[in-house]
Amino acid sequence: MIALSIRKLDVWFGSDRDRVDAVKDASFEVADGESFGLVGESGSGKSTILKAITGLAPTWSGEITVEGQPLQGGTRNRAFYKTVQMVFQDPYASLHPRHTVDQVLSETLYLHGLAGIDKRVEALLSDVGLGGRFRFRYPHQLSGGQRQRVAIARALAGEPDILLLDEPTSALDVSVQAEILNLLTDLRDEHNLTYLMVSHDLPVIGHMCDRLAVMKDGEIVEVMAADDLRNNTASHPYSQSLLKASAAG
Amino acid sequence: MSLLDVENLWVRFPTRQGVFDAVRGVSFTLDRERLGIVGESGSGKSMTGRAILRLIRKPGIVEADHIKLEGQNLLDLTEPQMREVRGQKISMVMQDPKFSLNPVMTVGDQIMEAYLLHNDTSKSQARAKSIAMLEAVSIRDPERVMRAYPHEMSGGMGQRIMIAMMLVPDPQILIADEPTSALDVSVQRQVLDIMDGLVKERGMGLIFISHDLNLVAEFCDRVLIMYAGRIVEVCDADRLHEAQHPYTRGLLNSLPRLDQPRKHLEVLTRDDTWAEAESVRGNA
Amino acid sequence: MSDATAPDLTWREWLLTDAPTSRRHARLANFYQGWLSLRANSMAMFGLGILVALLLVAMLAPFLSPYDPYVQSLGNRLQPIGAEGHLLGTDSLGRDILSRLIYGSRITLYIVALVALIAPVAGLLVGTVAGYVGGWTDTVLMRITDIFLAFPRLVLALAFVAALGAGIENAVLAISLTAWPPYARIARAETLTIRSADYISAIRLQGAGALRIITKHIWPLCISSLIVRVTLDMAGIILAAAGLGFLGLGAQPPSPEWGAMISEGRRFILDHWWVATVPGLAIFTVSLAFNLLGDGLRDVLDPKDGGE
Repeated sequence: MIALSIRKLDVWFGSDRDRVDAVKDASFEVADGESFGLVGESGSGKSTILKAITGLAPTWSGEITVEGQPLQGGTRNRAFYKTVQMVFQDPYASLHPRHTVDQVLSETLYLHGLAGIDKRVEALLSDVGLGGRFRFRYPHQLSGGQRQRVAIARALAGEPDILLLDEPTSALDVSVQAEILNLLTDLRDEHNLTYLMVSHDLPVIGHMCDRLAVMKDGEIVEVMAADDLRNNTASHPYSQSLLKASAAG
Repeated sequence: MSLLDVENLWVRFPTRQGVFDAVRGVSFTLDRERLGIVGESGSGKSMTGRAILRLIRKPGIVEADHIKLEGQNLLDLTEPQMREVRGQKISMVMQDPKFSLNPVMTVGDQIMEAYLLHNDTSKSQARAKSIAMLEAVSIRDPERVMRAYPHEMSGGMGQRIMIAMMLVPDPQILIADEPTSALDVSVQRQVLDIMDGLVKERGMGLIFISHDLNLVAEFCDRVLIMYAGRIVEVCDADRLHEAQHPYTRGLLNSLPRLDQPRKHLEVLTRDDTWAEAESVRGNA
Repeated sequence: MSDATAPDLTWREWLLTDAPTSRRHARLANFYQGWLSLRANSMAMFGLGILVALLLVAMLAPFLSPYDPYVQSLGNRLQPIGAEGHLLGTDSLGRDILSRLIYGSRITLYIVALVALIAPVAGLLVGTVAGYVGGWTDTVLMRITDIFLAFPRLVLALAFVAALGAGIENAVLAISLTAWPPYARIARAETLTIRSADYISAIRLQGAGALRIITKHIWPLCISSLIVRVTLDMAGIILAAAGLGFLGLGAQPPSPEWGAMISEGRRFILDHWWVATVPGLAIFTVSLAFNLLGDGLRDVLDPKDGGE
C-alpha cells in the first residue's frame, strides 16, 4: 500500500513579482512501512515539501495523498493529525520554553482525545528512553538530545502511521546523533512507522532510508535506492558531486 | 619559541549550584601550523578559543599560568592593550557570519573600517587593500560586494567576507570557531581551501575549532581532542583514525558510514574516568 | 523542617534542583530561581520594599493614622510640618495631612490595581488576536489601536471623564481606555515572532485550535513582558489619576486622593508649601518604586535571556 504519494507538487511563497518557487514539479511515492529520504543543500526545497504536507505552507498545487486521502490547501482534519506527525530540526526551538515535559505530552495526548493521560505520559517517556525523572523538567533543564527525545515522544503521542523527520539530528553532537538515529530505527520497528526524512547529510540518509530523492533548486533530480548510494551508482551528475563532497568530508 | 603557549588554562563560571569549570587545566602550544580542537558541545573547545583572546563574558573567570603570544603573557596586558592584540595579532572567525557583520553597513565600509582602525592610512588605500582582501578570499566581483549589505550575501559568501575582514590587519594567529558548520558541504570545501591557502602563504598559526572529526582530520596538521574541559588525546591529524582513546574511538565509530551499512550505530558509552584523568599536554 | 519532603535535602537544595519530581515542585523551583535573581537586584528590592510598605499602610490605615482624614478643624488650619500632633502639618481645612496621606494610599492602590487589571488584559487580547489571526482582523484591530494612540493620553482621558462624569470609577475607566493601546502593540509584536516558532507549528500539528494556541501557548510568553511594562507604566498611571484629581475630574473632595490634595494645596503653595509638596512627594516615591521594580522584573522575566 502507498502511505504517501506526491504528484507534480509545486510550492511557492509570495505572489506576482515576489513569488519564489520553492518546489517545482516534485513527484514521489512512499510505501507503507518504508523509510524515504530527501537530500539536498540548503534552499533546495526539501523541507518545504514537509511543510506543504503538514499544511504549514498552504500555497501549493499538484496532488498530495496520505493513505489514499487527497489533501487540500492548508487545512487538515483531525484524522490527518492522527496519521501524520513531524519531528523538527532544532530541539531548542521546537519545545515551548515555559512548558514542562509533562505539560507538552499531556496536552498533546489531550488534543488527540486519548484516555489515561497519566499512564501514557510515562509510557511515552520510557518509549523514547527517558526516565520518569525527566517528566517535570523545563526544556532548559534538558540537553539537546533529551529535548529531541521529548519532541519524538510528542510526535508519537497520537500514535501516527507516518513520521516526517526534518533534519532531526543536524543540531546534535555525533554521539547523540547515533543515539537518536538508533531510537528512530527501533521505534520504526516497534510501531510500524513510515518515515519521510529530510537531511543534508548523505551518510545519515544512507543509514536510515531505503530509498531517497536528491533535490536541487526545488526540483527532484533523481530518485534512487540507498544501495545505489552505497555502490556509487548514482546517475545524475549532481548526486555524484554531492556523494563526492560527503565522502571526502 | 612557539607562537602561542598556553599553560594550565582554566575557565570558571560561578553559578548558584557552585563553580562550574568549563575548561580545566589545558596546556598546549601552537606553531605556524593548523591545530584542530575537536569535541562535543560542552567539551570546552569554544571556551578555550575565547579564553585565549580573553573574550569570556562575566561572570566567567579565565585563569592560567600563562598564555604567551611570542613570549608576551596576554594575561598581564591591560584591556586596551588586549584590544590591540585582538585585532592586530590574533583574529577570530565565528560560526555564523550573519551575527558577526553589522546589518546596516555595507560590506566595503566594514572591511575598510577594520583596516583603518589598525593602519594609519588614507581611505583610498584602505579601499584598495579591502578589494585585494576580497580577491584573496576568492570573491569574483569584489567591487560589487563592497557596495552590498550583509543580508544580500549567501552564507558562504558572508563567511568569506568575515575571513577577509579578519585577515585585513595581517594577524599571526587565526582562531576559527566552527567556521563552516552553517554552510553546505560544497561551500564548506571552498571556504576551507581559502583558509588553507592563506595559512600557508602567510605562515599564520590556525586554531580550528570544530565538532566534525572527519573535517579536522582532513584539514589540520595536529588535533587536540577535548572532553569535559580537558584534553584527552593529542594526535597527528592524518593518524586520527588510529586514535587510541576510547572517547575518540567512540566518536569516530558513532558516525554513520555509507560503506558500512548496519542496523544500529555504535553508541558512545561514557566513562567517568575520562573526565578525571589528567589533561594531556598538547605541545608541538 | 525539610524532613517532611526529602530527608537528605535542605529546602534550598530542593528548590534549586534541576530534576523536579512533581508539577508543583517544578513550578515552585522555577519561581524560587526567579526570586533569587530578583533579590540580587538591590534597586528592585528597594522598590518592592516601598510597595510592600504602601500595601501595609493601606491595609492598616485606621490603626496608623492619628486622626480621621475627614474631620475639619478650622482653628487648626495650615499648621506647618512638625507642628504639635500633626507630623506633616494640616491643610486649609485643618485636616491632618499625614492621616489623609495614609487613607489616600488606599485610593491610589485601588486606581492602580483596577487599571493594571483592565488595560493590559484588553491590550493582550487585542494584540495577540491581531498578531496570530493576521489579515483583515489584524488591520482592523491595529487601526483602532492607532486611533487611540493618536490622542494625547490625558486629553483623551479628560474627554471620557467629561462624557461619563467625574469620579474615581470613571477616572479609572478613562485611564484604562487610554492605556491599553501600547500593550496591544507589544503583545502583537511578540505574537508575530512567537507565531512562527517551531513549538507553535508543533502544537498546530497536534490539531490545536487558534483559541488554545493563543491562550495556552502565546499568552504565557507575552505576559512577562506585559508585567514589566505595566510596572514601568504604573508611575504614569498614578500621575494620570493624580492629574485628573488635580483638574477636579477624578476623585472628588473631600476624598483624600493625592492628586486632589495637591490641587487643593496649590492655592497656598507660596506661603504654605508643604500642603501641596507632601502628597507630591508621596506620588513621586510610589512612582519611583514601581519603576525600580519594573526594571528588576525585566531582568528576571524577559524570556529572551531566560533559561540558564
